[in-house]
Amino acid sequence: MFALVDCNNFYTSCEMLFRPDLRDRPVVVLSNNDGCVVARSPLAKAMGIPMGVPAFQVRHLEKQAGLVMFSSNYALYGDMSARVMATLEQLVPEVEAYSIDEAFLGLHGLPATTLPSLARRIRRTIDRHQGLPVCVGIAPTKTLAKLANHAAKTWPATQGTVILTDPARQQRLMSLLPVGTIWGIGRRMVGHLEQLGIHTALDLARSHPATLRKRFSVVIERLVRELNGEPCLPLDLLPGPRKHIVASRSFGNRVTERRVIGHAVASHTWRASERLRQDDNLARQMTVYIRTGAKDPNYYGNAASGAFAQPTRDTRQLLDMAHRLLDQLWQPGYRYAKAGVVLTDLCHRHQQQTDLFGDRPGSDALMDVMDRINHSGKGKVWLAGQGMQADRKAWEMKRLRLSPSYTTDWQQIPEVS
Amino acid sequence: MSVQWLGRASRRAPLCLPLFSQPVAAGFPSPAQDHVEQRLDLNGLCIKHPQATYFVRAKGDSMVEHGIVSGDILVVDRALEARHGDIIIASLQGDFTVKRLCLHPSPCLQPGNPAYPPIAIEEDNPPDIFGVVTFVVHPTRLS
Repeated sequence: MFALVDCNNFYTSCEMLFRPDLRDRPVVVLSNNDGCVVARSPLAKAMGIPMGVPAFQVRHLEKQAGLVMFSSNYALYGDMSARVMATLEQLVPEVEAYSIDEAFLGLHGLPATTLPSLARRIRRTIDRHQGLPVCVGIAPTKTLAKLANHAAKTWPATQGTVILTDPARQQRLMSLLPVGTIWGIGRRMVGHLEQLGIHTALDLARSHPATLRKRFSVVIERLVRELNGEPCLPLDLLPGPRKHIVASRSFGNRVTERRVIGHAVASHTWRASERLRQDDNLARQMTVYIRTGAKDPNYYGNAASGAFAQPTRDTRQLLDMAHRLLDQLWQPGYRYAKAGVVLTDLCHRHQQQTDLFGDRPGSDALMDVMDRINHSGKGKVWLAGQGMQADRKAWEMKRLRLSPSYTTDWQQIPEVS
Repeated sequence: MSVQWLGRASRRAPLCLPLFSQPVAAGFPSPAQDHVEQRLDLNGLCIKHPQATYFVRAKGDSMVEHGIVSGDILVVDRALEARHGDIIIASLQGDFTVKRLCLHPSPCLQPGNPAYPPIAIEEDNPPDIFGVVTFVVHPTRLS
């Protein structure tokens, strides 16, 4: 048996937890660079604000209807997500953190009669401990658990939990849901399936798995089996060691200067190397990429990679490489929209082969001290290649409506009177 | 008032593992080995439910008699059920407030300062309780 726990309107719920004054206001959260709406509170949904609508199209609602818009506050959402996952781990033995706001739980060996009370307990506990609303769907397969969760979200009468163990109930639900509701069926696949007369989830469940495999892929065949209660997708408990690290951002404004893009690439390199050291890893390969807007008439995008003679975790070596790669890529005359740094071919620090020339002496100690200063909250140190704080404005993401980091910064915790 | 010595505090949360770096002669275990204990960790003392614990900063003088002054950091545990006499964080008219919860004789939020009146709790409109304050972090040395 599997459960899917999904936080309702996760980003807006996080924002509203620390803003009791917004309880009766419609709230949305915007994507990177404050581009478009990526999360909506129940009131914002009721107002008819669609998902993905550009921010400028709803801005007038701030004055007209009291709409509140927030920039994405990943420090807050990341911390709240970690709290939810850790709380779930205290309630059940097997938890797969599937995304920032969803987790699959393995409920094997639990008597069916205990499932409804377990679902309610999960909901109550997350509401109590984190202050976030969640829905719980329980079913014999992950795909059905997803559908059960969808039902719990869609119909208020379920009170946020749906137990889908009975095949007759599974079929009744599937007959109500369009095939596109199923986890893993994209819009293009919906088109293909509709041509075959498959409109509802139940139509798909009743299709012949081998025929669909021949026509499409084994993935679809697996979905059909899962819809029929045969588990094909196991719980992914150990998401293996990280294979690569990506640090990239869209720029707040288009960048045309080599100097500014250099600062951005240096900052990405710094963040990537911090993550590398947190995992106690070394990188053998580095890729830097830059590009203009995807739809620019004058498009340019390119990437360059380089390998280190000796795997490294030293930001200075990574920066040297980043600047050399950027020199290969840089073309003047374009309006750049994004830059990124990717570290690949990672290995654990204690598994590396040392070569004749060895490490730079003192490198680990220096990096440790710099990371500690930066995490202490007392100040920041950085390398000259990143430019001065004031230079960041030239490329940094636009987050004009950013809320405080209520749970991760002593200077920004909520005030009570 | 008297003070009692409890032991050395851990300087770097969250976890300090005792480390023996000197070589140990085979056959003669270190006499200290049976006495290895973890250093005291304030997190363990003040935080019973880490995933449900939030920090807030007190502002104003409405709770001075309960030992909370402006600028103090309050440890708030959401996992606890608020009981009569608990100091709680509640939201009132859209603002967070810290008060003592009194359930009898009549339910109210009691400030810790005679200059402020108690706030009656209406049964059909109870305040949202954010959590129970379990500890107050109050610096005693002027920085």
